[in-house]
Amino acid sequence: MTGNQLIPNLFRTEYQKIVSVLCYLFGIEHIEIAEDIVSDTFLAATESWSLHGIPDNPTGWLYTVAKNKTKNYLKRNSLFEQKLSAELKYNASLETGSEIEIDLSPKNITDSQLGMIFTVCNPVISAESQIALALNLLCGFGIQEIADAFLTNKEVVYKRINRAKEKLKEAKIKIETPGLAEINTRLEMVLTTIYLLFSEGYYSTSKNITLRKDLCAEAMRLTYLLIENTNTNTPAVNALMALMCFHTSRFDARMNEEGEAILYQDQDTALWNQELIAKGRYFLHQASSLEVLTKYHLEAGIAYWHTFKEDSPEKWEGILQLYNNLLILQYSPIAALNRTFALSKVKGKQTAIIEAEKLGLTNNHFYYSLLGNLYTDIDNKQALQHFEKALELAASESDKAMIAKNIARLSTH
Amino acid sequence: MNEFLLIFRRDFMNKEAQPSPDELQESLKLWQNWFGGIAAQDKLARPLQRWDGKGKVVTPNKVVTNGPYVEIKESIGGLAIIKAADYEEACEIAKGCPILLLGGNVEVRMASPIE
Repeated sequence: MTGNQLIPNLFRTEYQKIVSVLCYLFGIEHIEIAEDIVSDTFLAATESWSLHGIPDNPTGWLYTVAKNKTKNYLKRNSLFEQKLSAELKYNASLETGSEIEIDLSPKNITDSQLGMIFTVCNPVISAESQIALALNLLCGFGIQEIADAFLTNKEVVYKRINRAKEKLKEAKIKIETPGLAEINTRLEMVLTTIYLLFSEGYYSTSKNITLRKDLCAEAMRLTYLLIENTNTNTPAVNALMALMCFHTSRFDARMNEEGEAILYQDQDTALWNQELIAKGRYFLHQASSLEVLTKYHLEAGIAYWHTFKEDSPEKWEGILQLYNNLLILQYSPIAALNRTFALSKVKGKQTAIIEAEKLGLTNNHFYYSLLGNLYTDIDNKQALQHFEKALELAASESDKAMIAKNIARLSTH
Repeated sequence: MNEFLLIFRRDFMNKEAQPSPDELQESLKLWQNWFGGIAAQDKLARPLQRWDGKGKVVTPNKVVTNGPYVEIKESIGGLAIIKAADYEEACEIAKGCPILLLGGNVEVRMASPIE
């Protein structure tokens, strides 16, 4: 690998690790100092490696330079060091005057990252900002990449991230993994953010497939960090991991080379990733518990059934009951629509039409697509009217294309 | 939109009136589909709660007795709080309740507005 590819790759994996460790040491108030030191480190790497060649252990080189830069910074800013020494809670044995230890061991990197996850996923900042900040601080994404993922521009993301950092500083959020007693409430927020991050990659309308895959992979990496820690290895976390494994197993089958969506029934199952399906089953098994049943369990269960392409009465009965329970737990329009589709598979289209018409989601194009679907072969004239209404309401090009296909199919009959 | 209390009652004591295990299994699915249908319309006003079947009764002389309830044949199997425009809509929803198939009934009560 040449230096040209190596540094961006290392930036992605190592930048956030070193920033996490330094933040963990300094506190979130001094996040800019941490970021400056790490940026300086990478700048030094670019200069030195192009002159002297790539060192044997590039990561080790980065860690050593980052440590030295931090120590130098602390020496130059003795006031900051004094303040820091007084506040350092992580290093109880630290005596005044002794040198601050910068611990870049795998264990401390993991602890720091875990602490940062809980800091970033804090309700003082909006969900949108949490995702942007998570991508930046926890996943090493650049501002431009985040802007591409959100289909927005750099300035917006830049402002969003800075505002979020300010809020964390103002609120003096401590970087720490919460104690066992509060893990469940705090973890819920973390899982929501990770799931949103994943969905951003999985359902994004961005045509950049590599970027979308990266978002999904990062969401899974963060979830895995939680699984590796005994205190955060809960049934809900495992269920979320299972759900993401099942979903991503179809990643290569659900889009053509132009980034256009391929419907489930038209997918080539040879492209389904069996390894991820097996992993999903493993994590779903780990997630099973008599006491806890979260929405992630139910959604993972639904995703599990979708790893069987063939229709069977058990499959749709299973999916219907899971959607029933999901809705009882928490209403969402998309779950209501999917539940009604499952109902049509179990009880037939006539029954489903009666239930569908009670949903009243009259500003949702998926609602009219569902009705169009249910009326097809029962009353094609009505089906056509519903699809046309759906076309009127749909915003994205891929949704419009999909509806237009349905209309064309009906018109030729 | 108003809130309505639905109370499901049937005779849980009389041996002859009890459904077979198969019928119970089928009934469970019907309940899930019925609740799922209400939830799909976003008309569940409160999370559902299961209630223990045995229960106790406190009488006027402060004696606590176990079920069965000698005075009345039916006991409460459960309850749900839903959202509906009026009694007409609430009763329309209650007509789908699977307890009716087992000879039970649903009492429908509208929540009183705070005065």
